[in-house]
Amino acid sequence: MSRLLDALRTSLHLTGTKEGCGEGECGACGVTIDGRLVNSCLVPLIHAGGTAIGTIEGVAIGDQLDAVQQAFIQYGGAQCGICTPGMVLAARALLERVPDPTLEDVRHALAGNLCRCTGYMRIFEAVLAAVKQRGQTGAGA
Amino acid sequence: MQEPAIGRAVPRREGRAKVTGRARYVDDLTLPGMLHGVTVRSPQPRGAIRNITYGDGIPWNEITVVTAADIPGRNIVTLIVEDQPYLAHEIVNHAEEPVLLLAHADRHLLEEARRRVTIEMDPLPAVLTMDEALEKKEIIWGADNIFKSYRVGRGDVNAAWVNATTIVEGEYATGAQEQLYIEPNGMLAIADSASGVTVWGSMQCPYYIHKALAGLFGLPAEKIRVVQMETGGGFGGKEEYPSIIAGHAALLAWKSGRPVKLIYDRAEDMVATTKRHPSRTHIKTGVDSEGKLVAMEIDFVIDGGAYCTLSPVVLSRGTIHASGPYFCPNIRVSGRAVATNVPPHGAFRGFGAPQSIFGLERHMDRTAAAAGIEPDEFRKANFIKPGQMSAVGQMMRDPVDMGAILDRALELSNYHEKRRRFALEPANGPVRKGIGFSTFMHGAGFTGSGEDHLASIATVEVSRDGRIRVLTASTEIGQGTITIFSQIAADALGVDIDDIDIVQPDTSVVPDSGPTVASRTCMVVGKLVELAAHALRRTLSAVGLPDEGYSRDEFHRCCRIHVEHNGSLSASAQYAPDKDVKWDDERYEGDAYGSYAWAAYVAEVSVDLTTFEIRVDDFVAVQEIGKVINPVLATGQIEGGVAQAIGWALSEDVVWREGRMVNAQMTNYIMPTSVDLPPIRVFFEEVPYPNGPAGAKGIGELPMDGPAPAIANAVAHATGLDVRRIPLTPETLTALAEVAVG
Repeated sequence: MSRLLDALRTSLHLTGTKEGCGEGECGACGVTIDGRLVNSCLVPLIHAGGTAIGTIEGVAIGDQLDAVQQAFIQYGGAQCGICTPGMVLAARALLERVPDPTLEDVRHALAGNLCRCTGYMRIFEAVLAAVKQRGQTGAGA
Repeated sequence: MQEPAIGRAVPRREGRAKVTGRARYVDDLTLPGMLHGVTVRSPQPRGAIRNITYGDGIPWNEITVVTAADIPGRNIVTLIVEDQPYLAHEIVNHAEEPVLLLAHADRHLLEEARRRVTIEMDPLPAVLTMDEALEKKEIIWGADNIFKSYRVGRGDVNAAWVNATTIVEGEYATGAQEQLYIEPNGMLAIADSASGVTVWGSMQCPYYIHKALAGLFGLPAEKIRVVQMETGGGFGGKEEYPSIIAGHAALLAWKSGRPVKLIYDRAEDMVATTKRHPSRTHIKTGVDSEGKLVAMEIDFVIDGGAYCTLSPVVLSRGTIHASGPYFCPNIRVSGRAVATNVPPHGAFRGFGAPQSIFGLERHMDRTAAAAGIEPDEFRKANFIKPGQMSAVGQMMRDPVDMGAILDRALELSNYHEKRRRFALEPANGPVRKGIGFSTFMHGAGFTGSGEDHLASIATVEVSRDGRIRVLTASTEIGQGTITIFSQIAADALGVDIDDIDIVQPDTSVVPDSGPTVASRTCMVVGKLVELAAHALRRTLSAVGLPDEGYSRDEFHRCCRIHVEHNGSLSASAQYAPDKDVKWDDERYEGDAYGSYAWAAYVAEVSVDLTTFEIRVDDFVAVQEIGKVINPVLATGQIEGGVAQAIGWALSEDVVWREGRMVNAQMTNYIMPTSVDLPPIRVFFEEVPYPNGPAGAKGIGELPMDGPAPAIANAVAHATGLDVRRIPLTPETLTALAEVAVG
């Protein structure tokens, strides 16, 4: 049985979405299905039929990074980078629901995305900085 | 000249690739005709292989099968001792030991095939604990189950006890820890006898793999090529282990004649690859009436698993760090690494030091209490000072004031006020609060003469189009190698960061700068980059480049002229032994490390006496590190290391059954998530180290040493319980509380 993750990485050559555990724990395989964040390693491909899938490749528009991506670079939110695509999508999913989150909101929204490198501090700072940036430019790209 | 890059928060240079998902890790690669590979592993911890059968219902004629018999060169994983095979042949020495390899284009069929292979074994008695190994009822390695032992010390410990008014003894234990890099181990290989072997993969040390493959295939160095892809975390777990998976992928490629990609399943990676060495430390200290240490005796034992691998070096570092940042005139430290029939343990950030420092810092608090001295006053009375000798005979020269560092950490954490208040306040329901600290130092670079033997090289060259290329074998694994090397090279040459390209580590292109381990990348290799850059500048003086004060444009113009006349421009620097560092390999004493970073960490905890859960509410980390090359990256290293150490202290429990990790999943091996960590507050001090680039010392492993004992001391303060082991899970704390009560 094929997983959505395999279809993305192998059939569509969209390798930005990563496999970290295959059991839905680490969040590195995060994508959106009709705007909802899911672990694609747990989605049978057949369930994704007829839906709109959002991956990390769709976040930047051409060379223009979105506010979360820019903040991750500026504030050190990415170290080894393997959790970063899933983490960026999870942060964006939060900001869609809660445009002005507290630190607690951010912690809870990212609890499904494991990062072994950063200890999360720089990631929180990046997300909260992105909130300000999005506010200034009038919601996000 | 430009504004200096060193000291600035220059953004991570490969950051854009990482935030857009364009960074290429090994599993993102495919080659035409590629097969997938899988490893068939031993079901038993020890035994003789009697027969291998291949089950029905699988098209075995389509599947490439590799056994030990297929190995063209030597079936030995080259490291320190020649005891570990790539593939078990007759005897198996640990569960999950690789026995044979399979390859096929269909991953699902391959997994079915793996399950249909039966390895029939005649079991042999397995040794599964350090105690069993030391009892020597069953000898499983060498003559006595001991990979290595060390003895270091000074003075006369036996005679010194009489001068002690307080003597404290205790035993402390730490468990195994899984590195849990979010990207599993993986390799992609092509191999044939005519062109040789090429592997791309997730790794920390390209030249370790290069040497290993040369031996495995019996090929000369020029026929082996190892290329590091973007690597999703290492922490030591991709230091020595990748030689094995690289060898396996290459063997399948060799036999099948096709490219082979071998990526570990997460559960496989956890159960079969290296973990942090479990440890047990027995400490006895004697203190005089003034609170000064007069005698110290430490017995440090680590569990190396079934094969020697790097255990002697882990033992060395743990033994040398066992006496901490203190001075004691009479000290004896003995260390032993023992063999057990579990998958070999290996490198993990800290490399023996977190283990021995846990025991020491917990013991120091207990000793202070027994002597009736405040824990911070006790440390201050005993910190080693410039001019004093460490246990291993190193005259300390760093003009670092540990007392001041400790005071700063205590002030930033409001330690004294909280220490008093938490003890006096009536309990807020079942929750008790506590605060505790640890003080420690960490030596960077290879121990003793290690750097001399490595003789690392870095090269800086100018390409035809005027780009400046830095060539080293140092890998970016998230810590920031690419960015800090760019900063160092840019400042050394007087050019822009964006003029610099850090070349992808590829053994056919870059020199051997040694492994990306031991907190040496910035301090040792970064210094070589600086020296090579300076040498390049001196070469350019021949075409008119002034010694200093030139513009970026002038620099590029001189490069162009030189390349036009000479065809190329390149300079290298090789590590030269430091004349001031004197180490005696035979007697194992002298200057163990060129430099130490010094630190004081404070943990504030809440302990729920109903559930026995522990939360860290606040964490302060103060460290002296020579020079902060990049504040964001340096802070990131400390925060990340503290997070890993909090996991090691509280929740990362490797559960063993019959020599195998049974909780080999992210669902039941618990690492900290974003809701599990306190604010981690990081502060730096700088006392420049003359031999580091811009004065920088190594810092990658330092943050692993302090958190666990600080937390243990805080929990002891909160509960009055005598914490002796980690992980301090609720189950462990419950058991401790039950012992205390009845």
